[in-house]
Amino acid sequence: MEFDTIAAISTPSGEGAIAIVRLSGPEAISIADRLFRAPSGKTLATQPTHTIHYGHLENPWTEEIVEEVMVSFMKGPKTFTREDVIEINCHGGITSVNRVLQLALRAGARLAEPGEFTKRAFLNGRIDLSQAEAVMDLIRAKTDRAMDVALGQMEGRLSKLIGTLRQALLESIAQMEVNIDYPEYDDVEEMTRPMMLEKAEWVKTEIEKLLQTSSQGKILREGLSTVIVGRPNVGKSSLLNSLVQENKAIVTEIAGTTRDIIEEYVNVRGVPLRLVDTAGIRETEDIVERIGVERSRKVLKEADLILYVLNYAEALTGEDALLFEAVKGMNYIVVVNKTDLPRQIDMEQLQELAGDKLMVTTSLIEEEGIDQLEQAIADMFFEGEIEAGDMTYVSNARHIALLHQAHQTISDAIAAAEMDVPVDMVQIDVTRTWEILGEIIGDTADDGLLNQLFSQFCLGK
Amino acid sequence: MPQFEAGTFDVIVIGAGHAGVEAALASARMGANTLALTMNLDMIAFMPCNPSIGGPAKGIVVREIDALGGAMGRVIDKTHIQMRMLNTAKGPAVRALRAQADKVLYQQEMKRLMEDEENLSLHQGVVEKLIVEDGVVKGLLTQAGGIYRAKTVIITTGTFLRGEIIIGDLRYSSGPNNQQPSIKLAENLEELGFETVRFKTGTPPRVNSKSIDYSKTEIQPGDEEPRAFSFETKEFILDQLPCWLTYTTAETHQIIDDNLHLSPMYSGMAKGTGPRYCPSIEDKIVRFSDKPRHQIFLEPEGRNTSEVYVQGLSTSLPEHVQRMLLESIPGLEKAEMMRAGYAIEYDAIVPTQLWPTLESKQIENLYTAGQINGTSGYEEAAGQGLMAGINAAAKVLGKEEVILSRSDAYIGVLIDDLVTKGTSEPYRLLTSRAEYRLLLRHDNADMRLTELGYKIGMIDEERYGRFIEKKQRIEDEIARLRKVMIKPNEETQAAVRDAGGSELKDGIRAADLLKRPEMHYEMIAKLTQSDIELDEEIKEQVEIQVKYEGYIEKSLQQVDKLKKMEDKKIPDGIDYHAISGIATEARGKLSEVRPLSIAQASRISGVNPADISILLVYIEQGRIAKISV
Ligand SMILES: Cc1cc2nc3c(=O)[nH]c(=O)nc-3n(C[C@H](O)[C@H](O)[C@H](O)COP(=O)(O)OP(=O)(O)OC[C@H]3O[C@@H](n4cnc5c(N)ncnc54)[C@H](O)[C@@H]3O)c2cc1C
Ligand SMILES: Nc1nc2c(ncn2[C@@H]2O[C@H](COP(=O)(O)OP(=O)(O)OP(=O)(O)O)[C@@H](O)[C@H]2O)c(=O)[nH]1
Ligand SMILES: [Mg+2]
Repeated sequence: MEFDTIAAISTPSGEGAIAIVRLSGPEAISIADRLFRAPSGKTLATQPTHTIHYGHLENPWTEEIVEEVMVSFMKGPKTFTREDVIEINCHGGITSVNRVLQLALRAGARLAEPGEFTKRAFLNGRIDLSQAEAVMDLIRAKTDRAMDVALGQMEGRLSKLIGTLRQALLESIAQMEVNIDYPEYDDVEEMTRPMMLEKAEWVKTEIEKLLQTSSQGKILREGLSTVIVGRPNVGKSSLLNSLVQENKAIVTEIAGTTRDIIEEYVNVRGVPLRLVDTAGIRETEDIVERIGVERSRKVLKEADLILYVLNYAEALTGEDALLFEAVKGMNYIVVVNKTDLPRQIDMEQLQELAGDKLMVTTSLIEEEGIDQLEQAIADMFFEGEIEAGDMTYVSNARHIALLHQAHQTISDAIAAAEMDVPVDMVQIDVTRTWEILGEIIGDTADDGLLNQLFSQFCLGK
Repeated sequence: MPQFEAGTFDVIVIGAGHAGVEAALASARMGANTLALTMNLDMIAFMPCNPSIGGPAKGIVVREIDALGGAMGRVIDKTHIQMRMLNTAKGPAVRALRAQADKVLYQQEMKRLMEDEENLSLHQGVVEKLIVEDGVVKGLLTQAGGIYRAKTVIITTGTFLRGEIIIGDLRYSSGPNNQQPSIKLAENLEELGFETVRFKTGTPPRVNSKSIDYSKTEIQPGDEEPRAFSFETKEFILDQLPCWLTYTTAETHQIIDDNLHLSPMYSGMAKGTGPRYCPSIEDKIVRFSDKPRHQIFLEPEGRNTSEVYVQGLSTSLPEHVQRMLLESIPGLEKAEMMRAGYAIEYDAIVPTQLWPTLESKQIENLYTAGQINGTSGYEEAAGQGLMAGINAAAKVLGKEEVILSRSDAYIGVLIDDLVTKGTSEPYRLLTSRAEYRLLLRHDNADMRLTELGYKIGMIDEERYGRFIEKKQRIEDEIARLRKVMIKPNEETQAAVRDAGGSELKDGIRAADLLKRPEMHYEMIAKLTQSDIELDEEIKEQVEIQVKYEGYIEKSLQQVDKLKKMEDKKIPDGIDYHAISGIATEARGKLSEVRPLSIAQASRISGVNPADISILLVYIEQGRIAKISV
């Protein structure tokens, strides 16, 4: 619990071009050495402490070069956590950082909990007691509502699938357990190797499918897709900048797929957002038509939340009405910007168009109203109004790491079964797979098996 | 009732059931002046239910008790009518021995053992009250007015506390098998502040062997190979009695359906919580109505009796219905029912009120063990009795307390589950309750525990010497196999082929060849031309340790993690309510269980990892008391 090695993305504030994956713990150096290839061929472990090294990260399973990196190597106790620390500096894109983190997790690190580096620093006497409360808050952030809600929303897909896999495993396990604990009961069919293999193979295939989808760029979508729309010049980009500015420390910049669409990742009051500014829509062009362009429509359609910006200092136009039409039935918040200027807009008419949607007034220039907007977003999320269409959230990295582990253990089980190892030994790895999958969906209740046992079979004296 | 001073002891054990006898013997063995005080000296180590000891998980407990110097294994080795090794077709982790006991002989042998034990007195008497001063137990008071004084007291009163027998709509106050119930003592425990629950269990009818038509049943003989529970047993009983198998019929099920309204379980008369793993026949037929038949095992209760235990027919239906049930079963059509089955309800104390030493949290120097702690089963009782006896004596003698970890023994799993999680039904050990069952094997119980047994004074020099020698021989042989190369010559290839494996391409170390699933120790011994004579037990351990090295290694790594968390001790007296970061539910649970280590804390249901992190922060800072909200 305390002495394992943790890893996380710890991007320094300000700079966006470089991202850092930090590892801390007794295995930090050996994990890094498993991945890092210096041109000189030297391992980090042989280097003097507090040095920086250029090289490449290699995926040791595929022997493929993954990333060009700079690795800082710091031996404890003269480090932030007083443990051995490795910092892998890589190119700033979220994809590459995530890839590096994934590798570190697969190589044996555990994804750090929020605040865990700080907690270690604290435990190891780096930080004094007066900061205890702050640390507490960080630790508590783990059970943050955002996490709960996010997990709740995942129920639809991932959780259901994992649940099915686990149930299949559980039935086999229960059957094997009964074979063991009640050996002379004829009620229970003996679990045979082919039966077990069949189930295990199926589970393995499903895990592989899941892993495939996760590597196909799903990582890119960490956060509620939030699209800012509105007529030209109403302040869309300013809104994006304000939200980003406010939350600077936890923003990772990422270039959009085209120049037309700018994406920013930002965490607003615990809600992860992927902000999309539909910039570049030319004044001369008809907006509705513009939205009709394939890509833009897709962006809108995929949006979990829309921020619809209007200008306080301009009267409503036909375009606005069309836009209202376009976002109908979607989750949106109406943002009336530029309240520092004299009002031209007809608020009553606007209210009518907006119906029961939330409406916030802002003056981005005067930095007013942003708080209310953020609160509105958080409220909508936590009250369950916004549903993440395709959200895998931060625990993404954790899920993928766990899926890799589950894949390993079920493969071990299959290999053993094929080698004629006794079924109850094979079961050790099957049970482990079931437990790991349980960690993904946060189900670690351990009486599940006993309940299954007694409901599935008729046992007793 | 005039009172009198009846004696002073280091340790007094109340009750001499399976928990009581182990507790008393262990305490005396440790060197404490011990009294076993029980209601009826003719009922020592009585088996109110199955005449059987061992089985999966439970059998391993018996081995563990033996490895720690306890009695159960030795006694059953001398008094069984049949023994079988179960799960032989499976891996080594789940092999388990089970014996059919000669019930009466078992009792006599256990009584003899107790009478012969130095430091141990055996008295008959009914305890009504504990003497407690300032939260410390000082002794007890019997029905006859005897005041017994003691430094520590162990209560092992099984199902006697406010026991009530139920058969149909007949319900009366009673201990098991019509012995007298313990009502005063139950009331006294309540006054002392113990929280209790109401549990229930049941037993099937017994029939006269002479009235059974065995030709309609299948024979179930014991193993031909000599077997024993104790590592020390050298004489084996070869003359065994068989058991018999028959089945319920459609008629049996019909009778139950027709009479279900007379069952106390369904009429609402019985209130206690019964165990899921041994449901009554009426339960089975209601819950699994699609099953056409259920197995019924006929088990003789001993060599000198005609009573036969009808396993599978546990019931509390009225006596006349029980007769009808028997008549509907092939072989039992004319069976004479000698005793009816019944259900019994009783008080058990909530075991989270105990420390892992089985000492009470509210009353110092008072221990409880056995079914009173919410378990069920002779072996579960005996395992707890042993540990309570060891710890009660250790306390008196100023020795260190002994707590088995979940990775040491099934007994460790059992006690940890009880004191950490409590139980909502009578608790039975199952192999699936153990996380490290590959390490907690039948064969290696001595390797796990005998060293400890010796250290605490439960194992004498002589036995320890034999153990050390055995251990050395195992290590030497494994080392040899790791070194010796086997050449791919004709003899080798033939042996490999015969075993059904593929031929060697190259020379191979003996240990690696043994790792192949089809290879066994004997073959390897032959190929390596070993002339070392080894006991079967040693060969078995060598083979298991080499063959399953990879799996064992994996388990050991997990144990390492566990040990680290166990090493993080939680100082007693933490005010969990003052630690603001911990969730409210977790605070309540932690205050109740008062875990001794972080490992134990993390096993409490309702305490999540975030709570543990916060707890760690406070502990590692050593400033628990000073931090408040
Ligand atoms: C009807 C029935 C059915 C059962 N069925 C099963 C089953 O199917 N499977 C299973 O695993 N287990 C079963 N059991 C449980 C098993 O018998 C017990 O778990 C085991 O015997 C408990 O051992 P113990 O030492 O805790 O208590 P017991 O063996 O009951 O011993 C209690 C001892 O305390 C003594 N005592 C009680 N009160 C006093 C007092 N006030 N003063 C002095 N001495 C006292 C008694 O005389 C006795 O010696 C059943 C028990 C009963 C009664
Ligand atoms: N007075 C005033 N000006 C504002 C406010 N918010 C933004 N502006 C100004 O309005 C202008 C347009 O702002 P942008 O954020 O670029 O607007 P936009 O909607 O992104 O515009 P396009 O991308 O061209 O569609 C800039 O000059 C901003 O400084 C505000 O609250 N008050
Ligand atoms: Mg813009």
